[in-house]
Amino acid sequence: MSQSKSASIMDARILVPAIGGAFRKLDPRTLVKNPVMFVVAVVSLLTTVLFVRDLVTGGGDLGFTLQIIIWLWFTVLFANFAEAVAEGRGKAQADSLRKARTETQAKLLNNGDRTKFKLVPGTSLKVGDVVLVEAGDIIPSDGEVIEGVASVNEAAITGESAPVIRESGGDRSAVTGGTQVLSDWIRVRISAASGQTFLDRMISLVEGAERQKTPNEIALNILLVGMTLIFVLATATIPSFASYSGGYIPVTILVALFVTLIPTTIGALLSAIGIAGMDRLVRFNVLAMSGRAVEAAGDVDTLLLDKTGTITLGNRQATEFRPVTGVTEQELADAAQLASLADETPEGRSIVVLAKEKYGIRARDMATLHATFVPFTAQTRMSGVDIDGSSVRKGAVDAVLAHVNQATVAAHGTRPTGDAIRYLQAVADEIAKAGGTPLAVERDGRLLGVVHLKDIVKGGIAERFAELRKMGIRTVMITGDNPLTAAAIAAEAGVDDFLAQATPENKLSLIREEQAKGKLVAMCGDGTNDAPALAQADVGVAMNTGTVAAREAGNMVDLDSDPTKLIEIVEIGKALLMTRGSLTTFSIANDVAKYFAIIPAMFAVFYVAPGQSTGPLQALNIMHLATPQSAILSAIIFNALIIIALIPLSLKGVKYRAIGAGSLLTRNLLIYGLGGIIVPFAGIKAIELIVTALGLA
Amino acid sequence: MTINGWIQILVYCGILALLVKPLGFYMYRVFSGDRTLLSPVLVPIERGLYRLAGTSEKEEQHWAVYAAGMLLFNLAGFLVLYALQRLQGALPYNPAGMTAVEPGLAFNTAVSFVTNTNWQNYGGESTMSYLVQMAGLTVQNFVSAATGVAIAIALIRGFARASGKSIGNFWVDLTRCMLYVLLPLCIVLTLVYVWLGIPQTLGPYVDATTLEGAKQTIALGPVASQIAIKMLGTNGGGFFNANAAHPFENPDAISNLIQMLSIFAIGAALTNVFGRMVGSERQGWAILASMGVLFLVGVAVCYWAEAAGNPLVHALGIDGGNMEGKETRFGIAASALFAVITTAASCGAVNAMHDSFTALGGMIPLINMQLGEVIVGGVGAGFYGILMFVVVAVFVAGLMVGRTPEYLGKKIEAKEVKMAMLAILCLPLAMLIFTAIAVVLPSAVASMANGGPHGFAEVLYAYTSAAANNGSAFGGLSGNTPWYNITLGIGMLMGRFLVIIPALAIAGSLAAKKTVPASAGTFPTDGMLFVGLLVGVIIIVGGLTFFPSLAVGPIVEHLAMIHGQTF
Repeated sequence: MSQSKSASIMDARILVPAIGGAFRKLDPRTLVKNPVMFVVAVVSLLTTVLFVRDLVTGGGDLGFTLQIIIWLWFTVLFANFAEAVAEGRGKAQADSLRKARTETQAKLLNNGDRTKFKLVPGTSLKVGDVVLVEAGDIIPSDGEVIEGVASVNEAAITGESAPVIRESGGDRSAVTGGTQVLSDWIRVRISAASGQTFLDRMISLVEGAERQKTPNEIALNILLVGMTLIFVLATATIPSFASYSGGYIPVTILVALFVTLIPTTIGALLSAIGIAGMDRLVRFNVLAMSGRAVEAAGDVDTLLLDKTGTITLGNRQATEFRPVTGVTEQELADAAQLASLADETPEGRSIVVLAKEKYGIRARDMATLHATFVPFTAQTRMSGVDIDGSSVRKGAVDAVLAHVNQATVAAHGTRPTGDAIRYLQAVADEIAKAGGTPLAVERDGRLLGVVHLKDIVKGGIAERFAELRKMGIRTVMITGDNPLTAAAIAAEAGVDDFLAQATPENKLSLIREEQAKGKLVAMCGDGTNDAPALAQADVGVAMNTGTVAAREAGNMVDLDSDPTKLIEIVEIGKALLMTRGSLTTFSIANDVAKYFAIIPAMFAVFYVAPGQSTGPLQALNIMHLATPQSAILSAIIFNALIIIALIPLSLKGVKYRAIGAGSLLTRNLLIYGLGGIIVPFAGIKAIELIVTALGLA
Repeated sequence: MTINGWIQILVYCGILALLVKPLGFYMYRVFSGDRTLLSPVLVPIERGLYRLAGTSEKEEQHWAVYAAGMLLFNLAGFLVLYALQRLQGALPYNPAGMTAVEPGLAFNTAVSFVTNTNWQNYGGESTMSYLVQMAGLTVQNFVSAATGVAIAIALIRGFARASGKSIGNFWVDLTRCMLYVLLPLCIVLTLVYVWLGIPQTLGPYVDATTLEGAKQTIALGPVASQIAIKMLGTNGGGFFNANAAHPFENPDAISNLIQMLSIFAIGAALTNVFGRMVGSERQGWAILASMGVLFLVGVAVCYWAEAAGNPLVHALGIDGGNMEGKETRFGIAASALFAVITTAASCGAVNAMHDSFTALGGMIPLINMQLGEVIVGGVGAGFYGILMFVVVAVFVAGLMVGRTPEYLGKKIEAKEVKMAMLAILCLPLAMLIFTAIAVVLPSAVASMANGGPHGFAEVLYAYTSAAANNGSAFGGLSGNTPWYNITLGIGMLMGRFLVIIPALAIAGSLAAKKTVPASAGTFPTDGMLFVGLLVGVIIIVGGLTFFPSLAVGPIVEHLAMIHGQTF
């Protein structure tokens, strides 16, 4: 599913089946979903019927009429083909996903007992069932790990072959059906019934089976229908005008004019553009649960980004020890190292590393020290060790101070001296202002000093934010840090704003506030407590590693669990809207040249002065097309071929550039508007030269 | 073309530009309910009227209620005007002893004045009594103009308001437009016109004996007051059949300039009202600039075509531009300028016969109307008309910057696009379908004075003028037949109300939306880029719709003329 599947647009494995698909889509029930192409099909059918009648009764110029009819049908088929190609690319992915959804046997556990299980087919599992999955087993359905830790190969979903850890509790508890446990065992509570698993949803999404028109697509379709109606009026009134002017226009010619004028180009490519937009996200390992979400991504005004992992490298690192007066650095380092020995967090490990590198303190073994580890909890906000009646703690400055205060009062009935506390707080503030995190260390109620943990801002992230600013998107950093630390990191990373000491509640209220101002908000999250905010956000990207609740709440899932991707998701959304707008402009601009091809050809015989072969309107034949027939034929051929020519662009999308809305519009107007006026003049003339050379008209 | 001619055109544009801001500011205050210079006098009258009508300026209306009020008011206006015409023989103020107007013509005329079109299938001095002219036609001149302005203000509120349910009160907007804007300006203009020599009397027609000893009846009447509103309210219905070419309606160059200015004054100022209401005058200037570009191109082409004249006439040894059908006291520049102004705005008053213009010169007024009278346009109507194009332009262009399209912070979505397309569609529907039928209907063809492409242009012009609510005639077509009276009437109704109702629906839908703050990602709608875009969309949509009909009308006529071919 990763880079290997970036199949080229011209892949024969997609193109060949798409030809069959183009014919299958001639089914009126399918065609009617696309009003513009449906109208083309109807008038093509009409001309075909008239042609058959003429064939029987022996009308004139049947060869020419036949060619027009063929190209009319080609116009419809090319549109179907574009859609089939777009769908075909999704199908290829769906097929590879289906391979993962093989029949599995599940080890269904009886409640309470973790060893006794009975083998049942994976499809028979119900929500709430608990299954055992051991090394080598395929996880039978989506669920949440309720016990155990295992390494899981999720290549079937993410394409990433390196195994990932899934464990109970915390934010990495979700497992996906179809993935394989490589080592250890886990007990999984099933959260999705057969047929509704993540994999099933993914398959139907990439196949486009559940595709519904998005709001913007509906609005654009209305515009296209409106334009079509205008051209119905423009062409339907011509026979009367012609009759007044003493001429006669055959129906085939009128139909040719009508079909070239109505926005067939964008009409033909519209659904392909939509499918391709979803597809681009999938290629990018992001699953959008609806097309609406992709569109909303293009509109995002505010991006909420978690500091950790998005703006800074996932882990803070200890960079210095700052002892209080009367304590040596060595002493502080020793205590800090002791407190961190059993601490497996990256921060804890970085303290051990710093103590060793700077002060030569070797790692000690917890067991030989007879030490017991006191883990971090949300209540104490401290961790540490207890050794032979002595205790060492490290943690948030205020938490450690409170702890010391309590211990001192308990032991001596007095409060600890003010100097150490003041000094500690001063140092802590200084570190916080610099964007670091101060970690206070105490031993047996005695304050020792502060460890400076530093957030490492990711390289290049400031440039990304500058780019977002140019796109008109405000970035807000979300962090649990205190405001001082948050401000310093925000300044270093170049975000526009930050939310410090973030809780699920104030995150949610921040989103609501922004939305009340009329803004669209995007965020990503993984934990269960992110779920309300993910659901409230207009674009909520859940990390694949996250909890089931988070994945359910978001409207997109990032299979790579990379929060930085939010930025690319926005660009993909914008590219989708831009492609639609650009091709609409191109389609309508094309009409100018088509008029200049067909109108002189149609009206050439009106008001012919005595002694002249053509009427005055021949002067409008600025392309100097040889005959009326060749002019009309080349216009209709151009109109059909341009659909094929633009399939690659509609699948790839018009690239978004962060150069400001005004410049972007100017650029696209020049390319697709002005280009749309010029290209068909050249194209129709070139086709006409070939048509004339081949003697087709 | 002469330097003098261009100076006249530029002086006109300069004075108009100077009028926009003060008039816009005044109207902005009026429609916001703020105090103005005239408040001490008019507020008591205004309050009294609301009490009589059982409404209040504090009462706000949902768009559908607003639309219903507007429709009822116009229906009542139509019925009264129809009745007045049918009964004029039995009513007072009829010194010339006019008899009842026949039903078809009465229908056509009533619709025509209610819709601010003022298409006239009759000669005023030979058909209508003073009572009908004053109590019927002039009253509609006022209220149809006020209706247009009210709708424009309601639509502007749609853009200016956020998360609201209402778009104002039709009765209040109508009353304020009448009391504070139209009446005071018309009183001033009437006095100026009287000073310039335009008659204002209820006395009978005057008989004069010519030098040859023949008796000539000179028609008079309360002309000045009707001219004031006919121009200011972009109505265009002349007191006399010759309209502004008649010396009693438009005696000299100064009256001509004042009349041209008053045609555009309110329409142009509305762009400024819009800018002020949405909080950025630049937004209004951008729209006015788009109108200005289209206007100047039209003037240049029309003036050039008229000044160049007809090569076939030149071949006969007669040099110079085309003076046929023009008044010598105005000349070519002022006639061409007047023709473009009167058709750009939906005025329809004429100071020269458009039928006698060259093919290209006459095509410009036709195109102006086909574009939907959005170049300044009829009072109010031009402004809400161009906003329909703005919606379409912003929708397509907005997508090209990678966002759901928005204008002034309002997202343009399916509903707005649908309504804008409906409004844009109804004009070609009325213009093209009726023309298509008329040019093959023998009884309708019989009304044409000319054959060939020029005859075609006469019919096309008639339906275009009706649907665009312009009211100017190409001439040459005898419109007072049952077919034309009825179909032109229907065209006028379609062109008026099938645009107003979608416009109000958009107003309601927009008012309910949140206003998204602008960011670097929203493309600016107050710069040259937007002006160019809007002009492009108007020309492309209009051009694509009408190219075939223009091709078999004025274009073929022009090309034939070059080749020396006549019809």
